[in-house]
Amino acid sequence: MAQMYFRTQHLTVGYDGRPLINDIDIGIEKGEIVTLIGPNGSGKSTILKSITRQLKTIGGRVYIQDDDLKSLSYKDLSTRMAVVLTERMKPELMTCRDIVATGRYPYTGRLGILSEADEEQVLAAMEAVKVTEIANRDFNAISDGQRQRVLLARAICQQPEIIILDEPTSFLDIRHKLQLLSILRTMAKQKGITVIMSLHEIDLAQKISDKILCVQGDHVASFGPPETVFEAGNIRRLYGIEQGSYDPLFGSIELPRPEGDPRTFVLCGGGSGVPVFRRLQKENIPFFTGILTENDVDCHLARQLAARVVSVPPFAPVPDSAVEEALALMRQCDRVINAGLPAGAMDTPIRNLVEQARQMPGYEE
Amino acid sequence: MDQSANLRRKSRYTLVFVLLFAALIGITILNIVIGSVQIPFGELMRILVGRGQDSVQHSIIWKIRMPRIFMAAILGGALSLSGFLLQNFFGNPIAGPFVLGISSGAKMVVAITMIFFLSRLGAVSSMALIVAAFAGSMMSVGFILLMSRRLKHMAILLVGGIMIGYICSAVTDFIVTFAEESDIVNLRGWSLGSFSGMSWDNVAVAAVVVGITGAAVFMLSKPIGAYQLGEAYAQSMGVNIKRFRIALILLSSVLSATVTAFAGPISFVGIAVPHLIKRALNTARPLVVIPATFLGGAVFCMACDLIARTAFAPVELNISTVTSVFGAPVVIMMMLKRQKGR
Repeated sequence: MAQMYFRTQHLTVGYDGRPLINDIDIGIEKGEIVTLIGPNGSGKSTILKSITRQLKTIGGRVYIQDDDLKSLSYKDLSTRMAVVLTERMKPELMTCRDIVATGRYPYTGRLGILSEADEEQVLAAMEAVKVTEIANRDFNAISDGQRQRVLLARAICQQPEIIILDEPTSFLDIRHKLQLLSILRTMAKQKGITVIMSLHEIDLAQKISDKILCVQGDHVASFGPPETVFEAGNIRRLYGIEQGSYDPLFGSIELPRPEGDPRTFVLCGGGSGVPVFRRLQKENIPFFTGILTENDVDCHLARQLAARVVSVPPFAPVPDSAVEEALALMRQCDRVINAGLPAGAMDTPIRNLVEQARQMPGYEE
Repeated sequence: MDQSANLRRKSRYTLVFVLLFAALIGITILNIVIGSVQIPFGELMRILVGRGQDSVQHSIIWKIRMPRIFMAAILGGALSLSGFLLQNFFGNPIAGPFVLGISSGAKMVVAITMIFFLSRLGAVSSMALIVAAFAGSMMSVGFILLMSRRLKHMAILLVGGIMIGYICSAVTDFIVTFAEESDIVNLRGWSLGSFSGMSWDNVAVAAVVVGITGAAVFMLSKPIGAYQLGEAYAQSMGVNIKRFRIALILLSSVLSATVTAFAGPISFVGIAVPHLIKRALNTARPLVVIPATFLGGAVFCMACDLIARTAFAPVELNISTVTSVFGAPVVIMMMLKRQKGR
């Protein structure tokens, strides 16, 4: 792991000398985005505070390139690492540009007066996150989304190699979340800035990160690329999800499926089933569905919401057994909903099934 | 757009500084000419260029009024600066040496020292008083810092400071009550706060102490600016927080201790002046606020001293009486405005 840009060795972190999370061993390449996920209070912030030296580490080491974090002076560290924190700051009489300009601190002289070159950096950083038009507004008078971007500009302006963000999306609506994350993405990939952050939104974490660190209890439950970390069971265990489910493929979260004896059958395919499934779930009506090919989005969601799914492999003729199974289920029901089937799917066995369904008493389209 | 914003700022700073200097000169002249002995302006000019060396007016100006004016200016500046530092330290605009009980702590130890020295040695040097006041300040600060570890809420911390102030005042009163009458003649006037009876020696000592400390504060304007964003951000910008906090608390204590040693506890200057200056400059940037606060404090205290001397002449008011009348409303206004801003 020696060639890794940022790495920890048996790092133990906690408060007041009491260890909270033990034996953290991770390695991060330059320009990677690493996201810490885990339930509230699991210690994501504790880890971030320890690698930014706000908290004393209890054991182990942190290396940036080949330098031990402890051996760096605060000044050395400040030219390599910048932060965006969760705590709300309420600066007095400062414009957004003033806030961004504080990022130049490590580079200015004794009295902190900005040079021409510093001013240019400030402008460039503000342009990168698109806050130029609010440069002269009071920092306390802007929206949460703007505030986070200004703080990010401040961090960029510090010209660090690593930016650490503690829940940067917390107060943001979905549009601003996406905006902020895409800025981070561009920054990491174009400028090779390493990003280490914590996120609450596991779906976004999965989509933006190169690596994911799951914090659970007193240890790191898993660390690696999202493809391996985001396996349904993993997330369920990590967050102790007992109700509802998490879909690792799309990173979506579902409420628990309706309980009880299903009296409803849904005929669907090619996406026509999704709105019906959701409506039934909201009304708390358990249901069967079929016949769905395994690569159908309807099938994907049905596995999490339906009491039973009659599914068949794709790109192959529908076997008779599946039709019989579906018919058997349908006969138990007093309601059969035909949500619509794509024309191409109308191969003979399914057409027969629909024909038979039409004869049933509770049929509706 | 940015250029014009920068220019607007700079011209605003310049204007404020020009006004402050004008006020400083104006108030100095008023302070020299007004008093129980009125000195006509022509006479003042004559004396300033060195004529009429043996006139009564000459000694009034050089022996009584000038040292007092200088002292009011130096100590007023020091007090305001001390307030500014404490406000940044505690992140609260109502923090100040008087409110936090730092002045009262200094007063208590100075009272004890005065009584002790006067009864044993018959005299006490101004340096000894500064040291005593500093020890008292540090004692109060120590208590406040201990409390601040437990109390995360700033409002409660301020109440704690006020309580420390009361305890120290009670102890002082107790000592004064049981002291020999002859030991406390000086103490009475001093403990209420006054710029009267200053000698050039006092001025020299105060000027050196405040001058060095003030320069040190100015050199800290960069980290103070970083600290205004909060401790964590300041550290991420490369500020050694531990060392910085110690420096800040020591400097503000030295400043307020010097004031207390010479003029006794003076209220509200430390809160009102930095606030007014920040409003006037429309910034909290230490690089400009520090010198402006010093100047503002000087002007404010000289004006208050003028009123204290002349409003009910020949009776002289305590300086705190006047500073409270003008300073307290500013603080109230400030709180109302903050409430509205939320």
